[in-house]
Amino acid sequence: MAAVLQVRDLTKAFGGVHAVNGVSFEVHEGEILGLIGPNGSGKSTLFNCILGQLAPSSGEVRIDGRAITGMRPCDLNRLGIGRTFQLLQVFPQLTVRENLVLAGQEHQGSMWTRLLGPRDAGLTAAAERMIEFFRLTALAGERAGALSYGQQKLLDVAMAFMAGPRLVLLDEPAGGVNLTMLAGLRERLRAINESERATFVVIEHNMEFVMSLCTRILVLAEGRIIAEGAPEAIRNDPRVIEAYLGT
Amino acid sequence: MSGKRGLSLIFLLAAGVLVAAPFGLKPYGIYLLSLWAVMTIAAIGLNLTLGYAGQISLAQAAFVGIGAYTGALLTTNGWPLGAAFALAIVLCFAIGWLLGYPALRVAHHYLAFVTLSFATLVYLVLRNEEWLTKGVYGISGIPRPTLLGWSTKGPVDFYFFCLGVLALASLAAWWLIRSPWGRAFTALRENPIRALSLGIDTRRYTLMAFAIGSALGGVAGVLYAPLVQFIEPNAFALNLSFNLLLMVIVGGAGRFFGPFLGAAVSVLLPEWLRFSEGLYLILYAIFVMVLLAFFPSGLLGLAERAQKSWLRSSKSAT
Repeated sequence: MAAVLQVRDLTKAFGGVHAVNGVSFEVHEGEILGLIGPNGSGKSTLFNCILGQLAPSSGEVRIDGRAITGMRPCDLNRLGIGRTFQLLQVFPQLTVRENLVLAGQEHQGSMWTRLLGPRDAGLTAAAERMIEFFRLTALAGERAGALSYGQQKLLDVAMAFMAGPRLVLLDEPAGGVNLTMLAGLRERLRAINESERATFVVIEHNMEFVMSLCTRILVLAEGRIIAEGAPEAIRNDPRVIEAYLGT
Repeated sequence: MSGKRGLSLIFLLAAGVLVAAPFGLKPYGIYLLSLWAVMTIAAIGLNLTLGYAGQISLAQAAFVGIGAYTGALLTTNGWPLGAAFALAIVLCFAIGWLLGYPALRVAHHYLAFVTLSFATLVYLVLRNEEWLTKGVYGISGIPRPTLLGWSTKGPVDFYFFCLGVLALASLAAWWLIRSPWGRAFTALRENPIRALSLGIDTRRYTLMAFAIGSALGGVAGVLYAPLVQFIEPNAFALNLSFNLLLMVIVGGAGRFFGPFLGAAVSVLLPEWLRFSEGLYLILYAIFVMVLLAFFPSGLLGLAERAQKSWLRSSKSAT
């Protein structure tokens, strides 16, 4: 299997603090990789370094073998890498539909055809499909800010998939989402993973969710990878229990 | 009555009033209405930069000034007003683009100060570079254009000319705001980091928001010069920048019709309050303070709230 994402020796230091400290791993096509670890272990910083939001102090990131370190987030997104953030990030003043159209629009044509060309060529239809897929039909015309937290979270995830990305990095998709909705979210993610061969990296504190969704799990503590393996193995790893699960 | 039908009814009524208004007014009233049209264009530009894209600018007066001096210098030297429009648009677009670069690094009050400094700089150039601008003596005798045999010399004719330019500028702004660019501008304002992660090139859109907003300021300036027929640097000092900012905020930033209302409040309301003689500016200031303290989303925000509660009460009544 080809590696979609390769991270080599990635380090990010804030002054003397090494938030990410020499992390290396690979993610293969179609994989759902879980990234767990205590708060402050460097998971989100790692995401931000991979996605160009932060410049790593050293190390390298490759997508499909191509070095992307230093590229801007918007260019990475147009290469087919989507993400969601730990804190909710929808556009509250826009409707659900507009949020989704916005999430897809920059993947069509150039800036000039977006201004002067035909409006919404296929975008609205794609947004409708996404709305249906994530069961947001009744809310499509509502302003995103008026939705409940869990519904906004679903929208947030749906937006990351609007452009049909190959690789999506999800930062705590289950945080604050109720159990029924959570099962639905897991089902959706699995379906996209299977039908589109989309690859995911998921940061999550909800163990039930992460263990049942992911095919492989990395455990991060103090900026380093301390364990890696299948969900069952991770659950029983004494180092992981000490650093994280046992508490 | 549905919201959409109500809105188009209000729109048609307003358009009718605007067309009929000059026939019942004295020249000064017509002048004020023309000034309203000109200021609305400048405010539409600032609303694009500030209201939609969320980039504060205190430099809009500088672009009105650049436009006005471009118009005055060209037309007093025998060039047609059309050439002045073209040059002012290109000039203000380019300078506005450059002014956008600081916005890539700083935001909010820092950006306000950067743009304020720029406005001061332009003012100083207008005042001190006498070889070009005639300094504090100003430029007089600015001619009004003749279009295909239609002379706009008279106040009513020139008012309709202003109204026509306003209509064109509004259509262009409407087109832009409804395009994917408009959505991208809103995304820029609401959450630039998320926008970036969705492939939106926030750098380019920020520069564009500044450039297009500034170009509209230039258009307003080109129109302002033949309206007053005499320009001098003080007309484009910081006062005007603050006034334009007030128009956008009072009308309702980020709402399409906000600048129309805001400019009406800023240009016309002080005149209506003149019955109170010495008190009129005090009354005006109190009105603005109360409005913004209680309705920070401006007049249109207030109207939306009123409409919503009306719909709710009519729903619960049935």
